Amino acid sequence: MEWKFFLEQAPSGGMTYLGWLGSGVMWTLLVSICAWVIAFSLGSILGILRTTPLKWLNLGATIYVEIFRNIPLLVQMFLWYFVMPEILPTSMGDWLKQTYPNLITLPFAQFSLWEFTAAVMCLGLYTASRVAEQVRSGIQSLPKGQTNAGLAMGFTLPQVYRYVILPMAYRLIIPPMTSEFLTIFKNSSTALTIGVLELTAQARQINEYTFQTFPAFAAATLIYVVITLTVVFAMRLLEKKVAVPGYVSQGGH
Amino acid sequence: MGDFDYKIIINNLPFLWDGLLLSLKLFCIALVGGIFFGTLLALARLSSWRILSYSSAGFVNLIRSIPFIMAIFWFYFLTPMLVGKITGQQGEAVGPFTSAVVAFIMVESAYYSEIIRAGIQSVPRGQPWAAYALGMNYWQAMGHIVLPQAFRNMLPIMLTQAIILFQDTSLVYVVGLKDFLGAASKAGQISGRIVELYIFVALVFLIICFGASRLVKYLQNRMDPARQQTVKMNITLNGPGIRPGGA
Repeated sequence: MEWKFFLEQAPSGGMTYLGWLGSGVMWTLLVSICAWVIAFSLGSILGILRTTPLKWLNLGATIYVEIFRNIPLLVQMFLWYFVMPEILPTSMGDWLKQTYPNLITLPFAQFSLWEFTAAVMCLGLYTASRVAEQVRSGIQSLPKGQTNAGLAMGFTLPQVYRYVILPMAYRLIIPPMTSEFLTIFKNSSTALTIGVLELTAQARQINEYTFQTFPAFAAATLIYVVITLTVVFAMRLLEKKVAVPGYVSQGGH
Repeated sequence: MGDFDYKIIINNLPFLWDGLLLSLKLFCIALVGGIFFGTLLALARLSSWRILSYSSAGFVNLIRSIPFIMAIFWFYFLTPMLVGKITGQQGEAVGPFTSAVVAFIMVESAYYSEIIRAGIQSVPRGQPWAAYALGMNYWQAMGHIVLPQAFRNMLPIMLTQAIILFQDTSLVYVVGLKDFLGAASKAGQISGRIVELYIFVALVFLIICFGASRLVKYLQNRMDPARQQTVKMNITLNGPGIRPGGA
């Protein structure tokens, strides 16, 4: 198997093929992290709303979750990228398609700001629905007595959430949240369908130019595995660090 | 938005229907294959034979840490190469559907094996021991005692995973297959009306998957009383007098 070709000059971008892989890693991480910020914050709000007695907000959050969970990610990607500019008012649609992409030039990218934004928005809003479910089940796994005790102490409901429920719930959901982040990280490869050259897209591109199928995909696969292992390891450390002493070992749940 | 053209969808219905059928076909093959090989992988993972359990764990973790699209590409680009190596002929065509089927069975078996492993582990250890004590061999104990209970416990999760699998079939778009989404995309390019077609696809998926997830919830609620009974039984079986020491 020939691996040296990675150091040869690639046909575009003024880099070697290794450079292509590197820029692919960078864009995979950038898309994943930006989307995660949206998913985590919106998902937290939706998940919390689904556990509160606020009937209408609760219903709204439920509808959001059901819609975003039941349409395939790839279809959602196309809805944001192709359909949204068309169904917006013409002036806004044109601005999205013509002015917005050129606001800033992205480094090491053969795609524009609009592709990047659509991918981040799509992944973020989709994963928010999954994060919401994790937050909700984390909160609901806590004994009801915690809320009642908080209320009995004279806390308002927001205070109960802020000081009693959420500090516990977020510790408990670190493992499922880790896997949600890894899901966003893997799902970021769907962005290649709208032209974002992330890691999987770069592997495919290298294969197309060099016909070195095995090395191209093996290198990308190795990078995915290494990043996944790193995240899993780091989150295990975090989980240990923030664990509530005695809570799990009591075997209460 | 005002000029939403319903005729485009109606004109393309037969074409879209063929796409949906292809998606369903892939879904069924991947579901059956995934559960079958997933069960074998789970049994291998729980086996006391180290080589088996390590290689099963390695395969499952590798597949689970790469994107689904990456797995589809692996099989799309590599199956022709491998087939070429084996038959000695270069450039042997395998076709995108066959390679997609292989990729889906592989990926789904990895995901299902994790679910099934958890299901098997949810069955109390005393059950297989009792089966062995009655003179059953490994396959009899698994087939008649452990797996039926395991599948019953994990049915809701398996069905939820099936809904996710159905949504994931749209990923074969990346190798140019005309599944439901691929067909809509093609029809959209020809007619120049992608907006109507993509919205239609989204609505159809939403209806199917939402309906299916309601059904799963209904099943889950119906099974609950039965499950409580199982748990009660386990408590009596695992009572201090009967439970064998050590694990």
